[in-house]
Amino acid sequence: MADNKLISKIPDGPLAEKWTKRKSEIRVVSPNNKRKLEIIVVGTGLGGASAAATLGELGYNVKIFCISDSPRRAHSIAAQGGINAAKNYQNDNDSIYRLFYDTIKGGDYRSREANVYRLAEVSAKIIDQCVAQGIPFAREYGGYLANRSFGGVQVSRTFYARGQTGQQLLLGAYAALNRQIAAGTVKSYPRHEMLDLVIINGEAKGIIARNLVTGKLERFGAHAVVLATGGYGHTYYLSTNAMNSNGSAAWQCYKKGAYFANPCFAQIHPTCIPVHGEQQSKLTLMSESLRNDGRIWVPKKMDDVNKLRKHEIKPSQIPEEDRDYYLERRYPAFGNLVPRDVASRAAKERCDAGYGVNETGLAVFLDFKDAIQRLGHQRVEERYGNLFQMYEKITTTSPWEEPMMIYPAIHYTMGGLWVDYDLQTTVPGLYAIGECNFSDHGGNRLGASALMQGLADGYFILPYTIGDYLSHKFAEPKTDISSPEFDKAEKEVEAKINKLFSIKGKETVDSLHKRLGHLMWEYVGMARSEDGLKKGIEEIKKLREEFWSNVIVPGTNDEFNQELEKALRLADFLEIGELMARDALNRNESCGGHFRIEYQTEDGETKRDDQNYMYVSAWEYKGDGQIPELHKESLSYENIKIATRNYKD
Amino acid sequence: MNFNLKIWRQKNAKAKGHFETYKVTDIASDTSFLEMLDILNEQLIHTGCDPVAVDKGCQNSGPVSFDHDCREGICGACSLYIDGRAHGPDDQVTTCQLYMRHFKDGATITVEPWRSAAFPVIKDLVVDRGAFDKILQAGGYISVRTGAAQDANNILIPHEKAEASMDAAACIGCGACVATCKNGSAMLFVASRVSSLALLPQGRPEAARRARAMVAKMDELGFGNCTNTRACEMECPKHITVEHIARLNREFLNAKFSE
Repeated sequence: MADNKLISKIPDGPLAEKWTKRKSEIRVVSPNNKRKLEIIVVGTGLGGASAAATLGELGYNVKIFCISDSPRRAHSIAAQGGINAAKNYQNDNDSIYRLFYDTIKGGDYRSREANVYRLAEVSAKIIDQCVAQGIPFAREYGGYLANRSFGGVQVSRTFYARGQTGQQLLLGAYAALNRQIAAGTVKSYPRHEMLDLVIINGEAKGIIARNLVTGKLERFGAHAVVLATGGYGHTYYLSTNAMNSNGSAAWQCYKKGAYFANPCFAQIHPTCIPVHGEQQSKLTLMSESLRNDGRIWVPKKMDDVNKLRKHEIKPSQIPEEDRDYYLERRYPAFGNLVPRDVASRAAKERCDAGYGVNETGLAVFLDFKDAIQRLGHQRVEERYGNLFQMYEKITTTSPWEEPMMIYPAIHYTMGGLWVDYDLQTTVPGLYAIGECNFSDHGGNRLGASALMQGLADGYFILPYTIGDYLSHKFAEPKTDISSPEFDKAEKEVEAKINKLFSIKGKETVDSLHKRLGHLMWEYVGMARSEDGLKKGIEEIKKLREEFWSNVIVPGTNDEFNQELEKALRLADFLEIGELMARDALNRNESCGGHFRIEYQTEDGETKRDDQNYMYVSAWEYKGDGQIPELHKESLSYENIKIATRNYKD
Repeated sequence: MNFNLKIWRQKNAKAKGHFETYKVTDIASDTSFLEMLDILNEQLIHTGCDPVAVDKGCQNSGPVSFDHDCREGICGACSLYIDGRAHGPDDQVTTCQLYMRHFKDGATITVEPWRSAAFPVIKDLVVDRGAFDKILQAGGYISVRTGAAQDANNILIPHEKAEASMDAAACIGCGACVATCKNGSAMLFVASRVSSLALLPQGRPEAARRARAMVAKMDELGFGNCTNTRACEMECPKHITVEHIARLNREFLNAKFSE
């Protein structure tokens, strides 16, 4: 479908030369002009912090915003397992092409070829950069960097720092950011939340942010705005996202004209600690790296399942021949290291069949017995020690003695703001990087690739591509924050906040959010259907009406008010959830994390429809209460043979 | 399980604080400490009293503000002083990893914010730890430009060195060390960064300058001096040891000698 806004700007020429070609075309801004240009970066995770630091080094004036008390708290910090890079240090025949191929295949052929190739191409430089910053990656005894494997690949290309890789990479980007803050090129605004995007003459020129300490609405102008605010997985309430992770900044951009792409592609991570009760606020991830050495199983005999649930036997007492290592059985070529969507569905299949191993019937085992025997205590401790400790603290069970219990949970969103090859959204001057854009992971993201993408975008891609836009802007004066556009945006935010306080209803924000979470999991979760999605859309609408007529937000605006913060975010989740369901309803196929029960093979695998759905769905906001308009960016694969995903042989 | 909660309430940085006491009932033992506070807040939202009544002694000034985010012990946002201990009675955990099974049924639990001159209270249990950012801005980095790095395997780093560096780098910047220290010193926090970078060849060129600049900034921001009580090490949720303070001191002395 022809759409003049969806121009992906993919450079011509052979795949391997596209990025080089684009870089040579990009106009650069001279140092004296960079000093005149201002850039706003929203979010301080891997994408935001690395972008702001690099833009600062280049000489731009950068303002960076985060909702936490320090940039270091961004949720990238919680990534555990590792970061991929096509270094081929293991001599296992890894290459840029292989990383590119694995990522496209892992994403079930719904990501953009040129973007993914570029990601693989810059991946090696990320590791160089991080080592130079002093990130203590795991090392072999000879002093060389160590690697491990992740799901969906057959080589070892994942670099790691124990189970705290995200933390270490973020501290590296945060350190680079601190260096620029000290140098005066970047100004940091912690405890500030972006509540609206300001557009002047069709271009992104600033934001309205709420100072979370004083409650004051503040205006910030710039020549360009970069969004790096992560994903919208917290729509489901219970997820591995942090409590403050939210989709609101991206959602305001959508409502101001940026298209939202593939919202239905949400990733359900197979190895999380199972839900234990209604008072729970958060699900804890157990790193995918555990699947390197851990084996996933349920009992073969229903009798054993019943005894486990009654605590009459311990899992370690079940003999080898009575265990069903179902991933190894179904997917012999990849075994326990199949991609996340495949592993999650397989766990659900076993639990639906009645083999769930805890009281709720929603858990499977992840067992280290063999690994401890094979590698010894010390090596297992070095690889996973902190994860074992974390698991034991939460569950009071030691993984050294009994297998972990795990179950799938919402973890990441592949969908996000639509961006072109330059990472620019459909609003000129507005860029989106990291998890908050859609471009690299298609229908399913491979493990250890989120960190790679965040840093690729922030260190190596955006700082170049944004120059092309800014090279036309250096003669423009500073954005006037007293303009009518800023007045209007601020008034709208103020009205929304006042409205929330005025409702004075009976339901708390958390109770409504939990109910949204239940609806999302039920109707837009791991198994979706046409009827369910239609029902889900209606139920979400009803809940949204209830929110706007019956929510209670205590306190006032002019103070530190966490209930107000949550209410503003929930107002958006209640709209995001509907768009996710709408997109899932439109996509009459199963692919990646999006599983429609109507479209599956006889043995329960996803059934794609390349004929009709090999496109990116990009939704355009049409106004409050209106049905958004669907635009399609068709995907073409010139360098890869499209095939049914096969992890069996 | 049922609990009495004695919680520090303070409207803002300038207001005078006070304790209020609440009851929570029917708490499952597997509920985390912060989830228990969520439940309390639900209660307080429904029954909150107006500001005038609070001034007259009503024990409910609305939901309790507290910092929290990842709820898996890595972001460093949560920061409560519970029954006289930073992050509460369990060892090597953050408050978000603390479960109600660690308390006796019917207990009265006292909850306070971090107490330190360098961490002013923003509201209730929320404090401003911006001073930590400022210390790191003073030198907690390696000065490398994006794109300037050589191949990652060109400089070899022995396994043990990388592991020791990682031990120090595990700091989550929560501030428990400062809150626990009778002098309000940030030595363990500063040491974790200085030591982590000093152990690596990439961090050596700036090691002395870094130690000097970060210690100077720490002093300037009103943190106290270290008198080797080792309380910080005892309460650090990431088990960062005072061995790193020794390494910081070594780097600091090196810097002084070379001046």
